[in-house]
Amino acid sequence: MLANIQRLLLKYGMNFLNGLGTTLLLALISVAIGCVIGAFVAIMRLSRSKVLNAIATAYTEVIRDTPLLLQLYFFYFLLPDLLPAMRLSKFTCIAVALVINSGAYMSEVFRSGIQSVDRGQTEAARSLGLSASQTLTRIVLPQAFKNVLPAMCNEFVAVTKETSLASTFYVGDLMTQYQTISGKTYLVIEPLVIIGVIYFVVTFTMSKLIAVLERRLKSGD
Amino acid sequence: MIDRFDYKAAPELIRVEDLHKDFGSLKVLAGITETIHKGEVISLIGPSGSGKSTFLRCLNRLEEPTSGHIWFDGVDIADKSVDIDKHRQKMGMVFQHFNIFPHMSVIDNITLAPTLLGKKSKDEAIADAEALLARVGLSDKRDIKPTRLSGGQKQRLAIVRALAMEPEVMLFDEPTSALDPEMVGEVLDVIKGLARNKMTCVIVTHEMGFAREVCNRVLFMADGVICEQGTPRELFDHPQHPRTQDFLSKVL
Repeated sequence: MLANIQRLLLKYGMNFLNGLGTTLLLALISVAIGCVIGAFVAIMRLSRSKVLNAIATAYTEVIRDTPLLLQLYFFYFLLPDLLPAMRLSKFTCIAVALVINSGAYMSEVFRSGIQSVDRGQTEAARSLGLSASQTLTRIVLPQAFKNVLPAMCNEFVAVTKETSLASTFYVGDLMTQYQTISGKTYLVIEPLVIIGVIYFVVTFTMSKLIAVLERRLKSGD
Repeated sequence: MIDRFDYKAAPELIRVEDLHKDFGSLKVLAGITETIHKGEVISLIGPSGSGKSTFLRCLNRLEEPTSGHIWFDGVDIADKSVDIDKHRQKMGMVFQHFNIFPHMSVIDNITLAPTLLGKKSKDEAIADAEALLARVGLSDKRDIKPTRLSGGQKQRLAIVRALAMEPEVMLFDEPTSALDPEMVGEVLDVIKGLARNKMTCVIVTHEMGFAREVCNRVLFMADGVICEQGTPRELFDHPQHPRTQDFLSKVL
């Protein structure tokens, strides 16, 4: 088995690296854009408008209470039908699905982050004459962001692993590489071990870095 | 000296008419009518739950009054259609728990509102902020994060942050209640300085000695109304109402 692993690494090393690159790229896209969506949705959920509130709640609940794989299928088939002129690639459709999924989870992270900012902060800002939106952007969100930074990074770790589901559509992520290589070499366990180690090293390292970040943020208070 | 200040001769600054505030079925303010004149230093005293903080917070509408009028700058700011943000710029407020912005440096805490709201240019705001910091003895803290300040220092910062907007009145909501005893004096000294400079102040406080020394008028509140009021000498030495007598016998 070790000999096989060595052989695979020599022959397909670049494939594994490319796969890792795609996996990280997908995770980065979904968390980065998901963050922006999440911030807006969180603000909608906390707003006084019943309509905005209902839209935001429906979005987060539907996404969080259906399987990610189903959502991937949904957007994979829906988007090209919906926008045939744009000739969307598989990768784009999957990325969109991941972004929408991650946005729902990030909105919950942001919501708790915003609620964790002391009400006195808002009162102080408003008493100085700042408008509600100035208070949100200058006072509440910067503090909420700092509160949720570790949770955001954890979401990135979770999404990194979840992108493996995207291999169902052969988008070139790490899990896709496994399927390709396994198909070519008729080896199953060895390539699984290799990508397992890669997933583990990457997510373990990130988790440790987040723990350090969390300690730093705490001591900065 | 302040005792003899003839406030009724001074122009009106805030006129409150029949102010009510309910929280659900609880009537916290049950009809308050009162006029605050320019240059007055008024303390609001009374047992907890008497509505004094709520009254203060209604003045800049951090609490929405249920009914009644608050005339300030010739406008009824209790009217929900007024742009309250504009009027709040002229009403500074200091809170029990300081509410300093922890993610900004000391100087940025002070310059944020004047620059963001277009009251001062950046340079002007910084120059003013430095002068204010010097006035409360915090010049050496200019660039640090306020999380490293003591409670007394945070409250002095909160006061100058409000002053930077050059308000016409300062509202203090139990400004020394959250402080360690040894820091109470330094904050009261700053407020005394304001009073000497004829800044109109309304102060919810439990510091009776301070109220007696600095204020020209003391309002005693109980059950959501102003039960009795007068100069410190009248109210503290010759209280008329049984509620006032009862309260003072417990705290003095």
